[in-house]
Amino acid sequence: MSKWDRRRVLKGMVKGVGVTVALPFLDYFLNGNGTAMAQGAPMPVRFGTWGYGLGGTGKLFVPQQTGRNYQLPEELSSWAPIQEDVNLFTNGNAFPDASPNRNHYTGWVVSRTGIAPDSGSGPSETIDLTIAKKIGGATRFNNLTATATADARDTYSYYNASTPNEPEWSPLAFYKRLFGLDFQDPNADEFERDARVIARQSVLSAIMEQESSLMKTVGVADRERLDQYFTGLRQLELQFTQRLTKPEPIASCVAPGEAPVDVAMDQSTESIKLRHQMMSELMAMAVACDQSRVFNMTYSAAFASTIKTGYAKPHHTCTHEEPVDEALGYQENASFFTRRAMESWVDFVEAFKKIPEGDGTLLDNVLILGTTDVGYARTHSVDGMSVFLAGRAGGKINTGNHIDLNGGSVAQVGYTALRAMGVDSPSWGTLSNETSEVIGDVQV
Amino acid sequence: MSRVMRRSTPRFKQWLTSAFRGTVMGLLALGALVGCSPVDPEPESAGTQTLTKLITAEQYGNSLAYIFGSGIDAQVRFAPVARNEGLLANSLASAGVSVGQVQTIQGVASSVAKQVMDIENRNHLVACRPESIDSPDEACATQFVSKIGRLLFRRALTDDEIATFVGQASAAVKELDGKELDGEKLDGFYAGLEVVLEGLLIHPEVLFIVESAEPDPNNPEQLRLDAHSLASRLSFFLWNASPDDELLMAAENGELQSPGGVERAVGRMLESPRLVDGMRAFFDDMLVFDEFKTLSKDATIYPEFTSVTAQDAREQTLRTIIDHTLNKDEDYRDLFTSRSTFMSPALAIMYGVPAQPGWAPYTFPEDSPRSGLLTQVSFLSLTSHPGRSSVTLRGMALRERLLCQTVPEPPPGIDFSVLTNPDANYPTQRQRVAAHLETPSCAGCHRITDPIGLSLEQFDGAGGYRLTENGATIDATGSLDGIEFDGAIGLGEALSQNPALPQCLVRRVYSYATGGPPENDARAALNYFNEDFAAQGYQLRNLLRTIALSKAFSLIKNSPSEEERLLATTSSR
Repeated sequence: MSKWDRRRVLKGMVKGVGVTVALPFLDYFLNGNGTAMAQGAPMPVRFGTWGYGLGGTGKLFVPQQTGRNYQLPEELSSWAPIQEDVNLFTNGNAFPDASPNRNHYTGWVVSRTGIAPDSGSGPSETIDLTIAKKIGGATRFNNLTATATADARDTYSYYNASTPNEPEWSPLAFYKRLFGLDFQDPNADEFERDARVIARQSVLSAIMEQESSLMKTVGVADRERLDQYFTGLRQLELQFTQRLTKPEPIASCVAPGEAPVDVAMDQSTESIKLRHQMMSELMAMAVACDQSRVFNMTYSAAFASTIKTGYAKPHHTCTHEEPVDEALGYQENASFFTRRAMESWVDFVEAFKKIPEGDGTLLDNVLILGTTDVGYARTHSVDGMSVFLAGRAGGKINTGNHIDLNGGSVAQVGYTALRAMGVDSPSWGTLSNETSEVIGDVQV
Repeated sequence: MSRVMRRSTPRFKQWLTSAFRGTVMGLLALGALVGCSPVDPEPESAGTQTLTKLITAEQYGNSLAYIFGSGIDAQVRFAPVARNEGLLANSLASAGVSVGQVQTIQGVASSVAKQVMDIENRNHLVACRPESIDSPDEACATQFVSKIGRLLFRRALTDDEIATFVGQASAAVKELDGKELDGEKLDGFYAGLEVVLEGLLIHPEVLFIVESAEPDPNNPEQLRLDAHSLASRLSFFLWNASPDDELLMAAENGELQSPGGVERAVGRMLESPRLVDGMRAFFDDMLVFDEFKTLSKDATIYPEFTSVTAQDAREQTLRTIIDHTLNKDEDYRDLFTSRSTFMSPALAIMYGVPAQPGWAPYTFPEDSPRSGLLTQVSFLSLTSHPGRSSVTLRGMALRERLLCQTVPEPPPGIDFSVLTNPDANYPTQRQRVAAHLETPSCAGCHRITDPIGLSLEQFDGAGGYRLTENGATIDATGSLDGIEFDGAIGLGEALSQNPALPQCLVRRVYSYATGGPPENDARAALNYFNEDFAAQGYQLRNLLRTIALSKAFSLIKNSPSEEERLLATTSSR
């Protein structure tokens, strides 16, 4: 079979014209599994997040049984291929306490920070970036962040209230960033130090020497912003250093050989699915190639504007305005959107599961936190909320469970993830969302 | 001064006394002038804070275009910032730069530097010629770094800074000369300058606009922006770009803050064609046109609305505004009733009018249902859903964007069934949203939005004109703050007479100019601007002049943090 024949192919639409997009890497993993990152070093455990908007439809979303081997409800029927790789937490709460319950905001912010946001305030540092501080410094990218919505504002990752972590929204741009000219294939036979990078590194050092004098010219709050900027420069310096060092081979890393074609940037479920799938696979391979150990994907924003072709209301509006179908007993179109989101969650998890690593797959060595903003889509309630955890975090997490949080804070799941990733924090969150106990059912 | 001295720390008092003595002669001369001047109509103003603002992608791009010409393709894309009290510009003083964004900016810098030093461009973008292209030339490198560095940093570089960058360029020549990279052989001198230019382009002083203050010699009790900060504030306000060579020179040689200096500078800037760039950026921000980046319509419902339509809709409105307010100096309020606009082929399809190639002036006939910005495709499509119009979004947009009012978010946990069951199959929006007004928890807000949006219902979600919806005739009656009318033309007339309309523009322009929402103590200044705007026939250029020349624009509030910065800046000089 030729290389081309074996390539994975996705079909999409650009302005109504069918296009074929080659994703050349996922079927290339038969070239021997590495059992270790490099020369016997253990596989690193990586952390990721995945987010979508507008929860689900009550009983259609929440399984009747808890524990293992639960029966998948209608809206989760697509989960069959990954049910054993995921823990599903339901019936959680995002407690606003004294803060206002901010529509589409409080739910996901509590899930990712443990802190209910005040009126007009952005989220504090989100869990991915807390973990990136611990494990993100060793790789080319501190973290990878992308959105399938084609909107650069759609991110669930924040450095602080005023600094969102900007997502990449174009599959082509994402490819260029990850596997373009600056990518160093760890398995390449040849390695040559780039003289321009050496010169860049020297100029960058000269700029960074001016940090202290510049800091004196601004106030305290602005110093934090400048400090953050200099942190970015230090990461850039690290990138330059890495480009001057021959990387160790990584058996699982098979970089895509050609750029994907950008697909239509509209909000239809078809286009979003396609963009999501392309970016998920690029992201998973970048993780396998150890370009980053922290990653975030947005499937849809909290105010999801996903549209069903031919249906006048986008997802968010639909949850408000669609009448409950008397025969079905639920909002048919709102449920349609939830089902599409869950299919893409499966795509995301499978992107990691398809990549062999060590004796198993990449998914064995990652932990992915999946969150949403509300429980029941129709009422936008922040009780009855669900959270997902995919992957086994290097053997620290048991998967395949459905766990009833019994009205407890969704922050419990975040704290469990933090501890599994080695962040040694005695507690996480504030007020009613504060938690200091990991969820034992998923711990090995 | 005594008031400031009483409030200040001992170290700051000492510094202030010294600064004050240094300006005594200037004060005496000025005192004589003030004695002869007419009374200043502007009320006393505390001024604003000095800010450290993140440059925007457009400002960065415009500045590069001024320095290197429009032939350089910058492809600048920075992370979006949050909208704060109606403007993205209000968030730039608090926006941070993420790690990922630094990498993105480095990519842009690398691309720009490569283009500037490309063999096709370097002969006209690097003013001097090196003695040899394969070895260091300190004189030529110094000339380039000094000139470009000054324009990028918005101040002259210090000798140490120049020496550092020239030293880096010389070192890089040795590293790079003759090397083959990306299939081309490098010329050492230009390759060295390229790496240094790349570094300058990601320098924090380029990406952050750091304002600083000094005691105002006209009134020693008061701080004011220093000359370079004033030049930058003026330039980003009026041109959406860094100061040009002439403005920087005026800041450097004292001309800008000499009597009549700022009036001359502002006068020149208001007559410059670059004012168009500045005001397009302002209105783009005020009208939330950043939403166009992600606007799309359901192609099965609105097949005629394409990405070109969206792009042209934005352009049409900006052209209309610039022509009306700057080319013709007409009353701002008439923008909402004027039938004059511009038309492109893609828009002609939406409007159902004959198409001409390119952009051409167009006037809607007297019997047309369209007049004013509210009936343009930009407003109508942006405030609709992908597959239908929205009376609530349209009403909310008018109140928030044009009248500076706040429509509260819907309360959480609403039982939406009251809205949807069993009436969802009513043919028209008026019938469907009636429940909003009948439900107490919804009515409070929807009463101030829906009657506005209902009067625009003869335009569908893509901005196309229609008389019926689902076979039923559309009733386009509506109201705005007690004035009732029938249809969009009536709404435009009511809006143009609403006193909040020009006041909102004043508020937004002042926020945009100074970098943040006005604080409570700016009320007197805003009242003054409002009166002046009215007295001058609601002409935009006059408003810009009044604000740019005002004390409220250039004076700085005395505060502990300002003292700390002044001391630190002075000691580091």
